[in-house]
Amino acid sequence: MTDVLTPVLTDNWGDERAWTLASYAARGGYTALDKALSMTPDAVIAEVKDSGLRGRGGAGFPTGMKWGFIPQDNPKPKYLVVNADESEPGTCKDIPLMMASPHTLVEGVIISSYAIRANKAFIYIRGEVLHVIRRVQRAVEEAYAAGHLGTDIHGSGFDLDIVVHAGAGAYICGEETALLEGLEGRRGQPRLRPPFPAVAGLYASPTVINNVESIASVPSIIGHGQQWFASMGTEKSKGFGIFSLSGHVQTPGQYEAPLGITLRTLIDLAGGVREGHELKFWTPGGSSTPLLTAEHLDMPLDFEGVGAAGSMLGTRALQIFDDTTCVVRATLRWTEFYKHESCGKCTPCREGTWWLVQTLTALEKGQGTEADLDLLLDQCDNILGRSFCALADGAVSPIMSSIKYFRDEYVAHLTEGGCPFDPARSTAWAGQEVTA
Amino acid sequence: MTLTPETYDELRAIGARYPEPRSGLLPMLHLVQSVEGRITPEGIEACADVLGITAADVSGVATFYTMYKRRPVGDYHVGVCTNTLCAVMGGDQIFQRLKDHLDVGNDETTDDGKVTLEHIECNAACDYAPVMTVNWEFMDNMTPESAVTLVDELRSGTEVQSTRGPRIVTWREAERVLAGFPDDLADDGPAAGPASLVGLGIARERGWTAPPSDASGSSEGVADTKAEAVAQADTSRAETETKQEEASDD
Amino acid sequence: MTVSTPSTGSTGGSAEMDRTDLVTLTIDGVQVSVAKDTLVIRAAEQVGVQIPRFCDHPLLAPVGACRQCLVDIPDAGNGRGFPKPQASCTLPVAEGMVVNTQATSEVADKAQQGIMEFLLINHPLDCPVCDKGGECPLQNQAMSNGRGESRFSAGGGLKRTYPKPINISAQVLLDRERCVLCARCTRFSEQIAGDPFIALIERGALQQVGIYEREPFDSYFSGNTIQICPVGALTSADYRFRSRPFDLVSTPGVAEHDSCGAAIRIDHRRGRVMRRLAGNDPEVNEEWISDKDRFAFHYATEPDRLGYPQIREDGELRPASWPEAFAVAARGLQAAGATGVLTGGRVTAEDAYAYSKFARVSLGTNDVDFRSRPLSAEEAAFLAAEVVLRSEVTYADLESAGTVVLAGLEPEDEAATIFLRLRKATMHGTTRVVAIAPYATRGLTKMSGHLLRTAPGDEAAALEALVEHAEHGVDSTAVILVGERLATAPGALSAAVTLARRTGARLAWVPRRAGDRGAVETGCLPNLLPGGRPVADPAARVDAAAEWGVDHLPDAVGRDADQIVAALVSGELGGLVVGGVDPDDTSDPAATRAAIAAASFVVALELRETDVTRAADVVFPVAPVADKAGTFVTWEGRPRPFDAVFSSPSSLPDLRILAGIAEELAALGHGSPLGFRTVVEARAEMEQIGPWDGERASLDGLETAPHTPSTTGHALAAWKLLVDNGTMQDGDKAYRATGRFPVARVSAATYDAHGATLTLTGDRGSVTLPAEVADLADDVVWVPANSGGRGVLADLASPGSRITVTGGNA
Repeated sequence: MTDVLTPVLTDNWGDERAWTLASYAARGGYTALDKALSMTPDAVIAEVKDSGLRGRGGAGFPTGMKWGFIPQDNPKPKYLVVNADESEPGTCKDIPLMMASPHTLVEGVIISSYAIRANKAFIYIRGEVLHVIRRVQRAVEEAYAAGHLGTDIHGSGFDLDIVVHAGAGAYICGEETALLEGLEGRRGQPRLRPPFPAVAGLYASPTVINNVESIASVPSIIGHGQQWFASMGTEKSKGFGIFSLSGHVQTPGQYEAPLGITLRTLIDLAGGVREGHELKFWTPGGSSTPLLTAEHLDMPLDFEGVGAAGSMLGTRALQIFDDTTCVVRATLRWTEFYKHESCGKCTPCREGTWWLVQTLTALEKGQGTEADLDLLLDQCDNILGRSFCALADGAVSPIMSSIKYFRDEYVAHLTEGGCPFDPARSTAWAGQEVTA
Repeated sequence: MTLTPETYDELRAIGARYPEPRSGLLPMLHLVQSVEGRITPEGIEACADVLGITAADVSGVATFYTMYKRRPVGDYHVGVCTNTLCAVMGGDQIFQRLKDHLDVGNDETTDDGKVTLEHIECNAACDYAPVMTVNWEFMDNMTPESAVTLVDELRSGTEVQSTRGPRIVTWREAERVLAGFPDDLADDGPAAGPASLVGLGIARERGWTAPPSDASGSSEGVADTKAEAVAQADTSRAETETKQEEASDD
Repeated sequence: MTVSTPSTGSTGGSAEMDRTDLVTLTIDGVQVSVAKDTLVIRAAEQVGVQIPRFCDHPLLAPVGACRQCLVDIPDAGNGRGFPKPQASCTLPVAEGMVVNTQATSEVADKAQQGIMEFLLINHPLDCPVCDKGGECPLQNQAMSNGRGESRFSAGGGLKRTYPKPINISAQVLLDRERCVLCARCTRFSEQIAGDPFIALIERGALQQVGIYEREPFDSYFSGNTIQICPVGALTSADYRFRSRPFDLVSTPGVAEHDSCGAAIRIDHRRGRVMRRLAGNDPEVNEEWISDKDRFAFHYATEPDRLGYPQIREDGELRPASWPEAFAVAARGLQAAGATGVLTGGRVTAEDAYAYSKFARVSLGTNDVDFRSRPLSAEEAAFLAAEVVLRSEVTYADLESAGTVVLAGLEPEDEAATIFLRLRKATMHGTTRVVAIAPYATRGLTKMSGHLLRTAPGDEAAALEALVEHAEHGVDSTAVILVGERLATAPGALSAAVTLARRTGARLAWVPRRAGDRGAVETGCLPNLLPGGRPVADPAARVDAAAEWGVDHLPDAVGRDADQIVAALVSGELGGLVVGGVDPDDTSDPAATRAAIAAASFVVALELRETDVTRAADVVFPVAPVADKAGTFVTWEGRPRPFDAVFSSPSSLPDLRILAGIAEELAALGHGSPLGFRTVVEARAEMEQIGPWDGERASLDGLETAPHTPSTTGHALAAWKLLVDNGTMQDGDKAYRATGRFPVARVSAATYDAHGATLTLTGDRGSVTLPAEVADLADDVVWVPANSGGRGVLADLASPGSRITVTGGNA
């Protein structure tokens, strides 16, 4: 039986100057790289495959299998691209990882690139996190200086260059093909698939795109072995992951635990929901994953468990809202976000989010009739699964799930002619002496 | 104002980082902002010129990404997260308070040219809600009062420290870092803020750790020498593309 | 006769298909077999099911953006279905696939209705004033696949609005609120024209089509975006608010502005052309035309259009009846004695045939030439030996060629349809373009072509050099396209023939004007009779005489256009019959004007009043192409017949006028009548006389003028831009404003030496132009041939002469 919390990626975050190569190396950093370089690339892929690591960016696709799709007989260069565009509302794990221990990511990039035979890797970091970008830039510099990057790394004959690339403000670039467009200097609009990036990605060359946490997990898998990794977690959701608690809990923050931990356990660790309040609703993996309620507190937080409850594990972005929160207001705000971030390429997302915001705005003000709720659901039905990429599916998730669980609250807005909640009561400082 | 030859050189240098120079367009536009204070027609034309693409193409990119500003930005870009969680936790009140205090609307700049106020989307710091940013440095756990103090200090020229980062540089200086020309501030600030460490703290306190390493590990497929491993890398074949369909999403 | 059908053997257009390439699937319960890789949306068309769509266009890469074409796929061919509706415009067929469209699936129907509803929420209800109303895919599909009432409006929804409209070029306007963001226009500009000056800008619900604020949509092909816009978002300044589609009558036609033969559709109302659209001809122009072919049609309705015959009396032209004018022309020509015939290059093949026969049987001369531009004897020999009756290269061949060599030809300006086909071929990556040209033009750059930098006049050497340079890929898979400008490069046409023979490459001549190739086929040359019969071949003359029922034909090779001009000036010729010739186009504009002045009798056949008609003794108004049937022969040798759009009594086809004069001349005992009066009769006779099956003229033994490059001054390179001051482009200010700004292109060294404004001085005058740097040789200057003043031949320099360059305004 593994421990409740299993710090691996977060283990060195409290170290003095943890972001430096010196600090990272003092803990055995870059020894997994040596081990990987002593293996064949295929053996590295096999190790990651056998570990059961599934993508930590939300969708949970097996990482090793993704690497295996790279056609090695394709004469074009292969590329590794790290998706560090962490923008899903509620998601806040990759940013502190890169700030505290960028070398974990860099070592993971080197090992992963070696496995897929890439000699050039890109770390695409969202632009709005300046200090994180500084830290990763510095880590890459240090890695070059130490011979972990460049030519003939550790005498292996393997060459790798890393480019740190700053984005410029577009949630959609978290979608991997939109990210590639951004990385090619274009508008971040998703590409038609097929061809899949593994066959024709960056510059139409075979490309692997992985989330920061996925790549950062690779050194520990190589260093400790796939069985070590697979010994944590549940049957189909192996290993550990960072669970990000935010909102109405006593101590929000990052909790690294085996997949399958429950929200009840996590909230207990976080000191419970705010004093005097009850859990009302929560997102398991960011705003694009359907809302859940207190009835799901004991559901295992793994891909299968959350899926069975009609939502998705996503990025383990656990946004906790207590009974002071108006679910209509929360949903409207998310919908405004999706409207703002819709790339504009396809009709249902571009026009649908425009309309959804108007309908929800009216409902929040208590305007309209209950029939508008059905109209809202029909709009969602006309968007879900009809759009070019998954952004619009995410946009309708909070709406459909909030109506499912809180239809009465929507109706209350209509009967009371407005929002029955006082927004001041949900603030971080509510109940304290300070007032807004 | 036309860009200097030095800026042109730097634009070209950005392009040279990539196998195809156009990949540099996003950082190039960051550099334009650092030099020009916004995306100017001259900056668009310079990028188009350096990359050999049309200005319309550059314009399409510059208007897609929200960090690119077409109106002059103040010395300090102040962001207030009003996405759901931060809004609920007080971001809405902070934003309203700052609008009143600064007498500006969203995406507007104070008359003294110091502060541009913008409500921003989730900035991946939800455990520090309500969150603000100044020139894309984190200002965690804000209140309306601390927000007012912050902008007053920025306007008065008092040095301000990010709660999880270095002293605040100007927006233009920040944009230069985003263009890939680092300043020397990477080592400033903490490794992690308090919220980032709560789980770790509990684990330490209770003696929780990840399990010990595999005793055996996995040694199959290990090449005898590193050189041999690289040679194998060149000749081995990946799985066939037939599995590609299954990989339709990640 | 003259208009042989091009070979199609190399295009592989056969319907036979390997059965292994067929995929069988079921669409709405109907089994259908289609070629593999076919998209479901097009497979459905084959069973008669029209799936609604906006972004989809068969000539653009699939994008899947509008989502209107969603269908239900209960079985993807592997026994499993898709859980959600799929976009049929991006989904290739699969063996055993089952597709249910809106016709049979409620899921598909609801999905489509949902998308349609989304598209309409922000669409204005201005159909009654929208150009597209009545022919609008959005309007039509909203009726067939949408709901009757708007739930958005009913709920008090707020539409997105924009100030309207904005000019994205002088000609094209954009109403952003009508746009459904299908991106057909931007994709056309990028993928087809290579002019990505319009792009999607902004994001999300505010995404819109836009230009960069300081750069208009600068494209010779911009009008195509209007045509493929599935809503009324893009309109032309020329047509906007001019008519309703249901008031228009459409007649198919052939573009008259170049030798490409692009299919067009002429939409007219009450005797006026309201607009022209691209026709759909996969073998020629696919679905695209240049802006010139689209917008340049107002020339035929300019106020100076001739409306009646005129004769000169007491020094003044006065109106006359047709019979009177025929009689006066005949008497005048008889009195004038020896007469030359200049037809111009705009004639239909039938009219050209009439000029050719008129010269021979009525006037008894071989002094006939269609070339109203710099020419050479070498060219006439080349046309007789290598061009007439030959159809070796088609548009499809350009796509399958490994290498296409361009010499003396700038396709984007001079043969726009060829440019688009070559760009398509080069974008596929299978065809490489090599240009023998003074600099790398924008057109060449868009084709990723390779420049063999060649000063004007040096083309022969460059072509000769290609034989030895295998790296350029000139082999039996190659095609060599030579433009009419090679006439002035001594030895170049001969060198092209030699290159083709040595390498097995195929050769085609690409003239500029629509009537040029037809005029070659019909013998409007001093050395050729109709059907490729060489004048110098007695058997050919006898054959033609027999066909025409005359005793004999003149046996001496005649004068070419330049010699006709010289002979008129010297008095060796007294009469002149002249068609659509602008003196400023000719080798020596001043000499041509002098010749017209010196001629004792001039009969002019013209559309509009010109310097020629003002000097003529009899003026006949001829019908523009819209007013007559005819045939243009493309550069490939492909006949492109067309019917009259209008029947206008105020003008007649050239052939009817020539027939009238010939009949009067015959009545005076001079020559024979033509034997036909109508286009139909002329065609029948052309068919009857057929192609010459004897020995063709040969280039062997041809002596070309020696090329002695001068070392003083600068060589002058020039050609006509697509949009320029040509009189057939008169009448549409917006169109003309889309032309490229005239500049003199020079090398960087010349620019550095002389500055940003240059004065060029030649043997005919000086012009001052802004300078622009291009990769020219230091001693070569390029200027547009007809974008200022009266053109370079009149205002600057004689063909092949050198010029001097000085800085500033001299």
